[in-house]
Amino acid sequence: MKNIFKITYLTILLLAVTHQVKAAEKVELLKTDWSFKGLFGKFDRGSLQRGYQVYTEVCASCHSMKYLSYRNLSEKGGPEFSIEQAKAIAASFEVTDGPNDEGEMFERPAKLSDKFVMPYGNVKEAQAANGGAYPPDMSVLAKARSGGVDYIYSVLLGYEDPPSGVTLDDGVYYNKYMYGNNIKMSQPLYDGSVEYNDGTEATKEQMAKDVATFLMWAAEPHLETRHKMGFKAILYLIILTILVYFSMKKIWSRIESEV
Amino acid sequence: MRDHEYVPKSKFGKWFNDRLPLLSLASHLTDYPTPKNLNYWWTFGGILTFCLIIQIVTGLTLAMHYIAHADLAFESVEHIMRDVNYGWLIRYVHANGASMFFLAVYIHIFRSLFYGSYKSPREIIWIIGIIIYLLMMASAFMGYVLPWGQMSFWGATVITNIFSAIPFVGEGIVTWLWGGYSVGDPTLTRFFTLHYLIPFLILGLVVLHIWALHIPGNNNPIGIDVKKPSKDTVPFHPYIVIKDGFALLMFTIVFAFFVFYAPNILGHADNYIEANPMVTPAHIVPEWYLLPFYAILRSVPDKLMGVVAMLSAIFVLAALPWLDTSKIRSAIFRPLYKQFYWILVIDVLILGYVGAMPAEGLYLLIARVATAYYFIHFLIILPVLGSKEKTIPLPLSITEPVLEDSSNSPTVKKNKI
Repeated sequence: MKNIFKITYLTILLLAVTHQVKAAEKVELLKTDWSFKGLFGKFDRGSLQRGYQVYTEVCASCHSMKYLSYRNLSEKGGPEFSIEQAKAIAASFEVTDGPNDEGEMFERPAKLSDKFVMPYGNVKEAQAANGGAYPPDMSVLAKARSGGVDYIYSVLLGYEDPPSGVTLDDGVYYNKYMYGNNIKMSQPLYDGSVEYNDGTEATKEQMAKDVATFLMWAAEPHLETRHKMGFKAILYLIILTILVYFSMKKIWSRIESEV
Repeated sequence: MRDHEYVPKSKFGKWFNDRLPLLSLASHLTDYPTPKNLNYWWTFGGILTFCLIIQIVTGLTLAMHYIAHADLAFESVEHIMRDVNYGWLIRYVHANGASMFFLAVYIHIFRSLFYGSYKSPREIIWIIGIIIYLLMMASAFMGYVLPWGQMSFWGATVITNIFSAIPFVGEGIVTWLWGGYSVGDPTLTRFFTLHYLIPFLILGLVVLHIWALHIPGNNNPIGIDVKKPSKDTVPFHPYIVIKDGFALLMFTIVFAFFVFYAPNILGHADNYIEANPMVTPAHIVPEWYLLPFYAILRSVPDKLMGVVAMLSAIFVLAALPWLDTSKIRSAIFRPLYKQFYWILVIDVLILGYVGAMPAEGLYLLIARVATAYYFIHFLIILPVLGSKEKTIPLPLSITEPVLEDSSNSPTVKKNKI
């Protein structure tokens, strides 16, 4: 038995070391404190609203968010804009509807039930406008990259001059955290890129954090419900398990055997 | 079903039971004599039944909202996650349920290996179990394709391409499986159909698995035959029911943790990118539970031989009752086998690890050594061990575990593994 533990221990050690070596080759992502991590993690409402502002003013000109509707902006657990605010936001976008009774398509202001208006009609158009690179849809982006929000936060702040010896093609930028270090998106955030309505100072770091928070909510709109329900469910299960444990002890005490 | 002296009390009960002995069956199930020394490793049978039911129920609900079409599948999954009431919960339970199912089945299989549960007279139970395991892998793989993310698409491409290794007809078979010249809409719809079908086949096989189990009865940690019923056994209800229930609750706590706090940790980020036949992901990796076999597949340089090795790795398990020549079931009484057993466990874990890594350099070397050892264990060590190993004397019964002349021989109490 002792040998087995030794062997197991050595294997785990070996795997841990190889893992460390592998991890060391990767660039360590920038970390910031996210309010939505942990057992009771919740979104920071202010951050979500600011993040939406960064998204519309900076990202939305190229990046779509096709799975979100304007109504989501006022739903519980999200940025929680008031219904009026969400309606006003929606109305500032034009959508094509129809056909009407004359068989014509027509433009109208967006309603709460409409999906976020996309910046381009299709993928080809998006590629043509962006030097061949398709700006990915942002609806689930925070779940679609390993590293998640940390990765997004890092890429937004990872622009720097290429190291000597690295030459970049036209329209390609150097980013410390992007896979392969080449990115076709120019640096999107500079200090003061947006003017926050709530008076928060719009530093690069602040905007990156806000927009990453917004993207996390967009990818996982029911995160708060999930955390709340999870706590209750697990607490319930633990109590039930304890009760069942004692019932089991009681039942098994009728016979000479251990459980 | 064995003869049962059960007689229903009511007249109607008797009338009904004479025509369809459901009451006899219920009575058989509650009275079923079970060895009383079963440890917690034996609770995973019940846990697995629970997993199957959870997968079927959540799966049915998801199927009500899911659209099996290459252009709509990804969107419909997002619709489930966002707009269907508690759709996110149902989907996360289903997705993590697959992982929990495999976690439980691996524990269940390795419990069998440790205590020799596959040996006579339980070979049929074991073989049905292996078929269930094969179907589980098929179902899980096809289920992973349905969200139509990048890993779904490319995983499907890689795995179906395995069939192209078959000489002469391979390419034709792959085209036939795809329903076209690449993985596409016809592939998705047939995978959905089969993914819907297989769980019910598994359910049927589970019934056979339990039926076959109820003929000889449970094996037990000591691995000796027990008289049934006797003071060595307890009725299934309430003793085993409550114990299984307790273990199941512990299991659901772990399950709930994944669902509520780490629902995507066992998946791959790339599967949240919609399938794109024009872009290949950097690393195509299957789900964690298929990794050991993936490692075996890739450790053989020749494609056809790799496939043969991978399939043999599963089929060698089916032959296990005849490869293991020892008459002693439980590893508690087989000091050498016990050592080799743990080495095998570690070997499989290593295979799983290198399966997730790129097949190059040191990883490939480790994968090859581990693959070779896997087969050596089953094909050489086990048959030889049966005749060479000096085993520890068996106790006479569960309740009288200590033999007269063996002060150092293990007892039930000391060896609660």
